[in-house]
Amino acid sequence: MTYAKPIPAITPEMRPFYDAAKRHELRVQRCTSCGTHRFPARAICSECLCTEAEWVAVSGRGEIFSFNVMHQVYHPGFAAEVPYAVVIVKLAEGAKMVSNLVGGAPHDIRIGMPVRVVFEDISDEVTLPKFAPA
Amino acid sequence: MPLASRTAIAGLGITPQGKVYDHNHIGFASEAVRLALADAGLTRGDLDGLLVNPGLTWGDMGMASFQLQQAMGLRNLRLSASMNSGGATAGTMIQYAAQSIANGLCSTVACVFSDAPLKPPKPKGDPGSGSGSGAAYAFGRGLDAAYGQFGVNAMYAMAARRHMHLYGTTNHHLGAIAVASRQWANRNPAAQFHDTPMTLEEYHRSRWVVEPFHLFDCCLVSNGGLAVIVTSAERARDLRRPPVYVRGMGQGHPGGDPAETLTSGAPLAKESAFAMAGIGLADIDVVELYDCYTFTVLVTLEDYGFCAKGEGGPFVADGRIGPGGSLPVNTGGGQLSSFYMWGMTPVSEAVIQLRGDGGARQVPGATTALVSGNGGILSTHSTLVLSNQEQ
Repeated sequence: MTYAKPIPAITPEMRPFYDAAKRHELRVQRCTSCGTHRFPARAICSECLCTEAEWVAVSGRGEIFSFNVMHQVYHPGFAAEVPYAVVIVKLAEGAKMVSNLVGGAPHDIRIGMPVRVVFEDISDEVTLPKFAPA
Repeated sequence: MPLASRTAIAGLGITPQGKVYDHNHIGFASEAVRLALADAGLTRGDLDGLLVNPGLTWGDMGMASFQLQQAMGLRNLRLSASMNSGGATAGTMIQYAAQSIANGLCSTVACVFSDAPLKPPKPKGDPGSGSGSGAAYAFGRGLDAAYGQFGVNAMYAMAARRHMHLYGTTNHHLGAIAVASRQWANRNPAAQFHDTPMTLEEYHRSRWVVEPFHLFDCCLVSNGGLAVIVTSAERARDLRRPPVYVRGMGQGHPGGDPAETLTSGAPLAKESAFAMAGIGLADIDVVELYDCYTFTVLVTLEDYGFCAKGEGGPFVADGRIGPGGSLPVNTGGGQLSSFYMWGMTPVSEAVIQLRGDGGARQVPGATTALVSGNGGILSTHSTLVLSNQEQ
């Protein structure tokens, strides 16, 4: 079956993230000056204004910062899944990511719940990091 | 030179609101300015300033104030800008107008918002009518869309969920705000929900949009335009309607991720606004808060200090902010139940109350109003203290 959900366009600044995800590795940006991790890609560190950053592998561990449960269909690719949850994961390294939790019903999700990254290959080019209960 | 009460709102123009389709965004804006001028007893030749907060349908082209100037045949303006600080913009437009007038750059400024995101109903038999839909607000970008995160509702829901987690806030609490707004709207003939009462049970039965938000936790989407005329206090006293003085003003934009602190820019904005106005919370008679969601009202009440952080839920639960309650909040029904003109909705209701024009919803003897604007996810904030008394 063809993948029906939106497939993100790979932008030049996010290319290292997608290349790593393809290898099932989670990378985020880290400021080379102050070490702050950030996601998604930004040109400048909002903590120290340094413009130098590197893409570094992170533990893939974190916790649920918040979540919602989507009941409306905004894209036909999600029609079969409503209601489904979207989560914000706060990585152990500090950066936050919007994602999905795999395994478990939306109403079992709790803020503070420990999670670990898993990977879903959605096209030849794109792999999405998602999270599972740790 | 002190800014307090140097300027006043002298005119108010509100077009028909909601599912109205007789104008596009520029038409609604022009009509709102025309109505506001007539209300003040002024003509377009009296205007020398124009500030426009372009709604979604203005697009990203920019120069909205120039487009509106041309549409209305306005000549020789001394102040013109399109402004966007999200839902805080109504307040920030009035602040920049007041400062420009007080400093002699110009004398009379129209501040206007308009939008026309709703499309007329399709022929019957087509269930896909867009007439009541908030589709324009359902944007999803890049990775967010890949995970199914679409629109502002979904982002705001994340912050609300954290408030529930940290402080025990419930949908009963949010529902109490929705019900209070509806009760006010039922007393406001101009409200989209004037004829539709709602109980707490009906709130709970309304469909989920995105948990923890029911349909009635989310504001309306409206077509229409709304303008106010700001001029010097001195001039306002000679005009058709009683002046509504701009006694205090402030802004607060916290930065960072407000979902961490669950605190808006209200504490910062309040500091300068209340100091300028020389007032405290006890001097406020009516509270007109930016209510894109019930949750925004709850947080804003906390942030102005009406109750402690985290106690907004119990604070609103007993009908305190509804008709007959001790703290009248969003007395026209707000954006939840009246109409959604971004922050111009609370501004307009404050003017109506301070003129004593509130009819069945009038708060007796109201002299001072607190007006908030809030944009993004608790990201930008404006405060106005408006009063029918100079001091």
